Amino acid sequence: MKFSFASVLSNALGGNAAWPAQWRSPEPKASYDAVIVGAGGHGLATAYYMAKERGLTNVAVIEKGWLGGGNTGRNTTIIRSNYLWEESEAIYEHAMGLWQELSTELNYNVMYSARGVMMLAHDRHDVETFKRHVHANRLAGIDNEWISAGEAKAFCPPLDVSPTLRFPVVGAALQRCGGVARHDAVAWGYARAASAMGVDIVQNCAVTGIRRDPSGAVAGVETSKGFIGAKKVGVVAAGHTSTVMAMAGVRMPLESYPLQALVSEPVKPFMPCVVMSNKIHAYMSQSDKGELVIGAGTDAYTSYSQRGALHISEHTLEAICELFPAVRRLRMLRNWGGIVDVTPDRSPIIGRTPVAGLFVNCGWGTGGFKATPGSGHVFAHTLATGEPHPIAAPFSLDRFRTGRLIDEAAAAAVAH
Amino acid sequence: MTAGRSFRLASGGLVARDAPLRFSFDGADYEGLAGDTLASALLANGVRLAGRSFKYHRPRGIVAAGSEEPNALVELGAVGRREPDTRATTAELFDGLSARSQNRWPSLRFDAMAVNSLFAPLLGAGFYYKTFMWPASFWERLYEPLIRRAAGLGRIAEARDPDRYETVHDHCDVLVVGAGPAGIAAALAAARAGAKTILVEEDFVAGGRLVADRREIDGVGGAEFARAAQAELAGLPNARVLVRTALFGAYDHGEYGAVERVTDHLADPPPFAVRQRLRRIFAKRCIVAAGAIERPLPFGDNDRPGVMLAGAVRAYLNRYAVTPGTRAVVFADNDDAARTLADLALAGVEVAAHVDPRPGAAARLTAASGVATRAIEGVVTRALGRLAVTGAASVDAAGAAWRVDCDLIAVSGGWTPSAHLTTHLGGKPAWREDIGAFAPGALPPGMAVAGAAAGDFGLADALTGGWAAGARAAQDLGFAPPPPREPKVDPDAPARASTLRVHPGARGKVFVDLQNDVTTGDVALARREGFRRPEHLKRYTTLGMATDQGKTSGPLGLAELAALEGREVSDLAPTTWRPPFTPVAIGALAGAHVGPDLQPTRLPPAHAVAVEMGAVFVPAGPWLRAQYYPQGAESGWLEAADAEVRAVRAAAGVCDVSTLGKFEVAGADAAAFLDFAFANPVGALAPGRVRYGLLLRDDGMAMDDGTVARLAPHRFVVTSSSVGGPAAHLHFDFQRQARKPDLDVRIENVTSQWAQFSVAGPRARDAIARVLDPAFDVSDAAFPYLAAGEARLAGGEPARLFRLSYSGERAYEIATPAQWGAGLFRALVAACEELGGRAYGLEALNVMRIEKGHVAGSEIDGRTTPRDLGLDKFVAKKKDFVGRAMLSRPTLLDPARPSLVGLRSVEPDARIVAGAHLLAEGAPFDARHDLGHVTTFGHSPTLGRWIALALVKDGAARIGTRLRAVEPLRGHDALCEVVAPAQFDPEGSRLHG
Ligand SMILES: Cc1cc2nc3c(=O)[nH]c(=O)nc-3n(C[C@H](O)[C@H](O)[C@H](O)COP(=O)(O)OP(=O)(O)OC[C@H]3O[C@@H](n4cnc5c(N)ncnc54)[C@H](O)[C@@H]3O)c2cc1C
Repeated sequence: MKFSFASVLSNALGGNAAWPAQWRSPEPKASYDAVIVGAGGHGLATAYYMAKERGLTNVAVIEKGWLGGGNTGRNTTIIRSNYLWEESEAIYEHAMGLWQELSTELNYNVMYSARGVMMLAHDRHDVETFKRHVHANRLAGIDNEWISAGEAKAFCPPLDVSPTLRFPVVGAALQRCGGVARHDAVAWGYARAASAMGVDIVQNCAVTGIRRDPSGAVAGVETSKGFIGAKKVGVVAAGHTSTVMAMAGVRMPLESYPLQALVSEPVKPFMPCVVMSNKIHAYMSQSDKGELVIGAGTDAYTSYSQRGALHISEHTLEAICELFPAVRRLRMLRNWGGIVDVTPDRSPIIGRTPVAGLFVNCGWGTGGFKATPGSGHVFAHTLATGEPHPIAAPFSLDRFRTGRLIDEAAAAAVAH
Repeated sequence: MTAGRSFRLASGGLVARDAPLRFSFDGADYEGLAGDTLASALLANGVRLAGRSFKYHRPRGIVAAGSEEPNALVELGAVGRREPDTRATTAELFDGLSARSQNRWPSLRFDAMAVNSLFAPLLGAGFYYKTFMWPASFWERLYEPLIRRAAGLGRIAEARDPDRYETVHDHCDVLVVGAGPAGIAAALAAARAGAKTILVEEDFVAGGRLVADRREIDGVGGAEFARAAQAELAGLPNARVLVRTALFGAYDHGEYGAVERVTDHLADPPPFAVRQRLRRIFAKRCIVAAGAIERPLPFGDNDRPGVMLAGAVRAYLNRYAVTPGTRAVVFADNDDAARTLADLALAGVEVAAHVDPRPGAAARLTAASGVATRAIEGVVTRALGRLAVTGAASVDAAGAAWRVDCDLIAVSGGWTPSAHLTTHLGGKPAWREDIGAFAPGALPPGMAVAGAAAGDFGLADALTGGWAAGARAAQDLGFAPPPPREPKVDPDAPARASTLRVHPGARGKVFVDLQNDVTTGDVALARREGFRRPEHLKRYTTLGMATDQGKTSGPLGLAELAALEGREVSDLAPTTWRPPFTPVAIGALAGAHVGPDLQPTRLPPAHAVAVEMGAVFVPAGPWLRAQYYPQGAESGWLEAADAEVRAVRAAAGVCDVSTLGKFEVAGADAAAFLDFAFANPVGALAPGRVRYGLLLRDDGMAMDDGTVARLAPHRFVVTSSSVGGPAAHLHFDFQRQARKPDLDVRIENVTSQWAQFSVAGPRARDAIARVLDPAFDVSDAAFPYLAAGEARLAGGEPARLFRLSYSGERAYEIATPAQWGAGLFRALVAACEELGGRAYGLEALNVMRIEKGHVAGSEIDGRTTPRDLGLDKFVAKKKDFVGRAMLSRPTLLDPARPSLVGLRSVEPDARIVAGAHLLAEGAPFDARHDLGHVTTFGHSPTLGRWIALALVKDGAARIGTRLRAVEPLRGHDALCEVVAPAQFDPEGSRLHG
């Protein structure tokens, strides 16, 4: 059923009894042309574009829990494309283009909202680095501008820019087309559209092994629901990618860390945009529901537990209170963590692996939500053709051997 | 309307009748008593309408008597102290309290937004995902702003919160959460055994259900028992009872987060008192005795003001001596109803009917409690009334419909253990058939549960279970356990939680989640659309995501979903509870780390001298450093820095470099360790010598640089950059602990123990000689370039001297313990001035290092290799060191990689700025033509133009060519000449001059 105001209206009149399930819940078939491991936003988007653009519908997305329950449903949904290097600019900008039309494309309101993402500079070093960023972005034709502290205040009135702050705001880089979207809707929208085209989304089904044929190539995956054959397997398992890849004997240059976020109790509109400060480790926006959505840095130690240490959120909230003194009496409502897969250069890994038929899309770490449509789109190409998409080519696994790194570490200190 | 009349009982309760308190709600003045919450005081005044709901703006009343309250959220305070979303049921009354209702316009009784109810069929679960998509641009401009304005409950403060918060760290053997009967017993057992015990209670009174119900323990009233226990614990040296302290989270390694409300309940907080205190409690054992939460029942319009949890009704009657209504209907499906009936009757509240669906139960319980009322075997189908309950419609087993007039419906679907804290570390609740509820499942190490939280709902079980848990915890920790106790209490009625469904004859909306306005219709719709897992249901409908985190709605939603799915509730997994258990003020979590105390501002020992000299400071990491020292008519940084550079190049200057990271490295293997930690061979250094030191990361990228001096065969002093000090410290420690654990080496960070100054210029030796013990020989023969050694100042104070140069001039770095730093700096400034020089700051230092092509943080940005920076000559060929393996990756050796060059402006006045990008002359400003960027810049009075360092593709090959440095933001576009990094005195002849 197509979603529209008309369908909402006519269903309302019918007591909302006719809405169909948004996706099918099939049992897995014995084999597929391709299996995608992980029904997060990236995995589901991959399946969607494979079906939509390549006509490949004999595809399954295998999910150990519930779709969208990984980092896709845990992140703070910041979307921006003002990364430093040309390669990153290309992929995030590709995603940015897709975001603008995503609701219409999926016939699902993913609530992409270009509210503007402002990154604060607090000292001369920040200013020089940010300006370099702004210039690099402008050279590449990407929206990013430098604004003064006064302009930052005008753009986000509750922000404190007084020079007496411990780390005064001395300016900011602003990407106006950056913003936020509704994370769950992204997963659900892709799932609904992919399922409608014939993709099987199998939830509650953990991949427990990767079977290889005598030549060493991939033959399928062992799962908690039995063996599922596939000549092509794409692993899109975020924080658990290294454990899944280890099932095929591939050691990944990834470290998995808990990353925390929290929301406040809902309040009437307070801040209009997204504000980030790398220097004092905090960022904040306000959701459509009215909650202030606040993010922290990663915990200090690697772990697979989806929770974080108390002092990390304390540290983040100290910074938030510095920037937004009005929030101190507001309360934290929920605090949670996700496991993020971090690469040495803070850029993703998309493409082939040493095992024939095994592909991987991971390493998005603390900032991959924004890339969801772009990541799925280029990875669908890779899975369909066996060749990297031109935009994905620089993000090969091989770059850690050759040294052709795409180092976004500085941009990604609190990279969301 | 009932307001104006008092609903306070003539006697009883834990309220102080001799301490009346004035308060206001929505501008109307009322009176309450000390011991009241805002909720009980409102009820005492007959105020039953307390708020409006989130989506439909339905009128709402008070449902609960504790932190599970979903409805009665109010705004307290004003301006900077304005505090939204506060539960009236936990806000302790004080004289002058002023509260306002939220999310209504123009008034609470008449809320125009209530028209939303008319559109309810359109506004079902997830409606916004299905519409507002066309045209795309309307989302942000029209639809979203509308949604946003409608959403959100309260209003955030208007200004900085003037109150203070603090964080403390507590350590104990046994932490007991909840001072109900189980918690009190546990704390008594642990404390009497000698364990260091902390008992925390979120309420302002200890006792839990003991103060809400009429109970007796060994012949003593429940409240009295609690009071006596609290007094006993308070008298023990090893125990503490913290009331008004909510334990909100369990964390790894036995850490628990709690927040104590210190002055929220005071009309006039003492000056200097903190408002709230975050307690990070580290406990060897934790006993969760957090009680249970009563479940509401589903029926039509079950959200009307006057529908209240039965346990809350009893709490208002017994603890606050307030009658929440005059004529009540009790609707319950468990035997706990007997207490409710008895308490209502005792308080003189007329019980109009007792409704219970279980065969024979209503009649049996009514008879047992001796309350004269109509017993109906059936269910309530709908609450009547709008702004307040006026009656209950019900259907009995025979299918007959009843209408009973009443202003209070006391409901109970049984109790669910409060298992939240047991799940924060990943534990999953487990279904307990005997109580019909999820109870704590596998527990994290060191945690136990007792009482109702463990699913033991009876008072006797709570006391014995709590006692046993406390004794076991103490025994585990080596304390002799106290003897078991068998208290005498009146027997309890089992209160198994129900999965009662909505009666088919129900009319009106049936609410599952009151605060987020989620109805059974929404649950059905979500399920129909495939959101069949509790987590999906939660996200699609927002069930359980309100500020009460689904404390009362969770079980109801799960039961509804299970019924629709045709499954048992036990087959479903409840959604994960996240910390915090109850919302915690952000200010409390930030604690005292606000304003200037956000992070310490580090000041070098001679800071005060620089202040006296009128220096202008600049932040550098945590440090405040002198940027320049303006003199006479010098009007700004440019003039001052120019003069400072000239002074150094012509005579002598002194710069405070105390901020450098400083490390003492000692031990038999110190040389071997440093050889591994640094990329260049520093271990081979002879005693009495100092050398440049380069640190790499594991991936071969430059990490920091500094110096290594060998003072004795087994003793080195190492410096790092100022901002990089903490990272260098971590790096050294990590390498020592993880990579070289067998080496005999110790590393001490002595950054703040030593003051250090650089003295540079042709007259530097004369300057340094003036402050040193005259016996110390600073002749070039005795103390040549790169010498290092221990010395004494003229007054005999210890010092260290290094002959190092950053500026390219003859230079010395002299260090002395921090307490003599200011004096030494003063002496050095005087010495330099006498010789025609002066102090110089960071700006001049930077200009001189650019003139010399020395790299710093702006070039060592984590993306550059030694080769890129022209430092490969330092990298050792033979030894192993951190970063060695990765350094030789093919791409890193590509000569086309951006590498370090110097730049100078062709036009003397054309400013080159940092961050500018470099393009060939005539090339368009786009990514394809981008050749690199300017890392740092300054004005060189020596060369008479603007100079810079840059990282440029094919750097070496471009030396001698011209490039444009373009900074479009401010329109800078400077033509510059590419030169070797060292633009000034490339041969280094001045080092010895
Ligand atoms: C707190 C937090 C805040 C963040 N904030 C932002 C932000 O503001 N902006 C931004 O752009 N990014 C942000 N991110 C990062 C972003 O969430 C992720 O990069 C992105 O969502 C990853 O998507 P994914 O689909 O790859 O991963 P996921 O959504 O995690 O999907 C991976 C899926 O694989 C499944 N899986 C794992 N192992 C197996 C197995 N063996 N078998 C079957 N299935 C398996 C998992 O269950 C999971 O559902 C944040 C992350 C966190 C944790």
